[in-house]
Amino acid sequence: MTDQRSQAEIVRQSLKRRYRKERRFRAYGIMAIAIALGALIILFTDIIGKGYTGFVKTTITMDVQLDGGMMYLDDPTDERQIKMADFVEPLVQALIKEIPGATEEDRKQVRELINPYASVTLRDALKNNPEWLNTTRTLTFLTHTDVDVYVKHAGDGAYSIKLNEQQRAWVDDLLERNVVDTSFNNVFFSGGDSRDPSKAGIVGAIVGSLLTMFVTLILSFPIGVAAAIYLEEFAPQNRFTDFIEVNINNLAAVPSIIFGLLGLAVFINLFGMPRSVPVVGGLVLSLMTLPTIIISGRAAIKSVPPSIREAAEGIGASKMQVVLHHVLPLAMPGMLTGSIIGMAQALGETAPLLLIGMVAFIVDVPDGFFDSATVLPVQVFLWAGSPELAFIERASAAIMVLLTFLISMNALAIWMRKRLERRW
Amino acid sequence: MKLNKALATVALAGSVAALSAPAMARDTISIVGSSTVYPFATVVAERFGTKTDFSTPKLESTGSGGGLKLFCQGIGTQHPDITNASRRMKTSEFELCQSNGVKDITEFRIGSDGIVIASSKDAENLDLTLEQLFLALGSKVPVNGKWVANPNKNWSDVDASLPNKPIRVMGPPPTSGTRDSFNELALAAGCDELPEAANLGKDEHASICESVREDGAFIEAGENDNLIVQKLIGDTGMYGVFGYSFLEENADRLQAATLNGKVPTAEAIAADDYPVARSLFFYVKKAHVGVVPGIAEYVGEFTSNAAMGQNGYLKDVGLIVPPRADLMELMDKAESMPNLTLGELK
Repeated sequence: MTDQRSQAEIVRQSLKRRYRKERRFRAYGIMAIAIALGALIILFTDIIGKGYTGFVKTTITMDVQLDGGMMYLDDPTDERQIKMADFVEPLVQALIKEIPGATEEDRKQVRELINPYASVTLRDALKNNPEWLNTTRTLTFLTHTDVDVYVKHAGDGAYSIKLNEQQRAWVDDLLERNVVDTSFNNVFFSGGDSRDPSKAGIVGAIVGSLLTMFVTLILSFPIGVAAAIYLEEFAPQNRFTDFIEVNINNLAAVPSIIFGLLGLAVFINLFGMPRSVPVVGGLVLSLMTLPTIIISGRAAIKSVPPSIREAAEGIGASKMQVVLHHVLPLAMPGMLTGSIIGMAQALGETAPLLLIGMVAFIVDVPDGFFDSATVLPVQVFLWAGSPELAFIERASAAIMVLLTFLISMNALAIWMRKRLERRW
Repeated sequence: MKLNKALATVALAGSVAALSAPAMARDTISIVGSSTVYPFATVVAERFGTKTDFSTPKLESTGSGGGLKLFCQGIGTQHPDITNASRRMKTSEFELCQSNGVKDITEFRIGSDGIVIASSKDAENLDLTLEQLFLALGSKVPVNGKWVANPNKNWSDVDASLPNKPIRVMGPPPTSGTRDSFNELALAAGCDELPEAANLGKDEHASICESVREDGAFIEAGENDNLIVQKLIGDTGMYGVFGYSFLEENADRLQAATLNGKVPTAEAIAADDYPVARSLFFYVKKAHVGVVPGIAEYVGEFTSNAAMGQNGYLKDVGLIVPPRADLMELMDKAESMPNLTLGELK
């Protein structure tokens, strides 16, 4: 009796300590999650804080007198004349008129406010609308990047303002009268890379990524699924298949740069494929994603209960019918989920592409699998390393675009798993 | 069975696409090479693309050495047409080119770039001689006539006139052409001013005079010069080594140390007055001219007055342009494309 009571006493006494221990343990868990979430929040606020201005462009709207004499142009359909015409002069004259107090003497300073590619815009507009010659049109152009930086980041210590006092006063005045204005940066979503931050766009990189991902998917998915089915359903259990299995698992852990080296040695040097093309990028990335797809495919096939196989076999289905009619359809959601996660990984990859020449300055939007291309993460890398400060916000904006793609791919994977997965 | 067929078709389509690759002709100029020339060459390429009907050349930033290696790999459209370099081609590289059949090469010297030692405007600016720079950053320095591992911890250990602060300098990694030039033009030149350097053999000279200390005072910061700039602004005790164009871009936040009493300005660098200035080059593979469309026109654009003249657009992005007379010579060269010979490189 006394013994038992004392034991209960002991338990009661230790109870408090044990509860405390549990509370502490829970607190550790919460702390770990808080740290992870905190890091994520810091990352996102930094990227968004730095990058949202990348989605804003600064434009200037003015009445441009398209005087043929001033441009040395009397027939905008004549290629030769277009080549030798002066498309800068009308812009400078129009802007001098917009700025009260500016005279012909200030032309250099005025010219520095206009984007160097505005004259190309004017040229193309005239080429497409020859009847505009010798009329006055209200047109909108990009401002110079220095103006863009000043409008968006005046007073921000992280940016150097390169306009002088006079130019700043002019821009302030033009801003007040809405001649200079900011709007959504559609240039960013309609063009390829450029060395002028105001004109740089991300479409080239997006198209390059899509082409590369298409090649990756078309190669790695069928091969991965076929390998998974064979290894799981048909292969005999022996030393050799064990060896293959170990190697596939190891391959999934190989650093991606190694696949780049392999691609360089085999696809480019041995097969003589061109550098910087999405096909080679896709081949290299499919080597990288294959193990992920095989491993997830095998897991999906394993999770199909044996009773289904036995039932099919019981009514006389051949092994192949069992696999194709019953096991594969049931395992497909799991395989797709694995593939999407593998593809999302490949989408964010830069290291292997460095070696096969996809880290390059490419202006034209690629229009085929054998056209030079770059991909989204590479574009971020290239912009982050550029000397122009205005590229910092473009790099952050590109990161946001990349993250949007990745998050939607992962969301698709989760949705498919929720929607299609069967529980037994 | 339907699924089976679909799988087979997809796999076949993939392999057909892969195998048809080598037959492709290329209509885009492929350019590789120096990360220092890259910001200038990309601007030319883009202008060239908008001005003419040729497609915009593709540029890879591989470093000077990497670019020349790719360039000298052979003739054929899978190899690049032009390589940029922030130093001259070495004789060994010329021989590699020759042995791979890349016989006819034209060299273009396209202006200069200076290497600066910069710090935040809030930091104490340095006024160094090259000799002091070597004593601060060399891996071995002479003490009482013997070469020992660099014992200088603070700038004031090197010379009493310098600030009493620890030596901490960020710079490019050894793969960079900027680093090669820094070792050669700044450190080796400073080393040669020491009386002890006269007794060094040729190999010893290279290993002692052209190596940077590795005890933590010199921090390698990767190829990203922007990163160095940001570190400098945040840390007033830190100095950074990078190209002049990055100094110009950040002119209101950074200041440059004077070397041998010379301030790095565009004029001083172009005139070779500033001691750590180097020339930039690009090399054209003549066998590809006429095969890949637009090479001659691209070279013409690069050497035009619109690009490299006193009011040229390359000047706006920080290139230190050559004087008018040199530019005229370049233009002639772009038209005649003379062959580079081994004798010129020696």
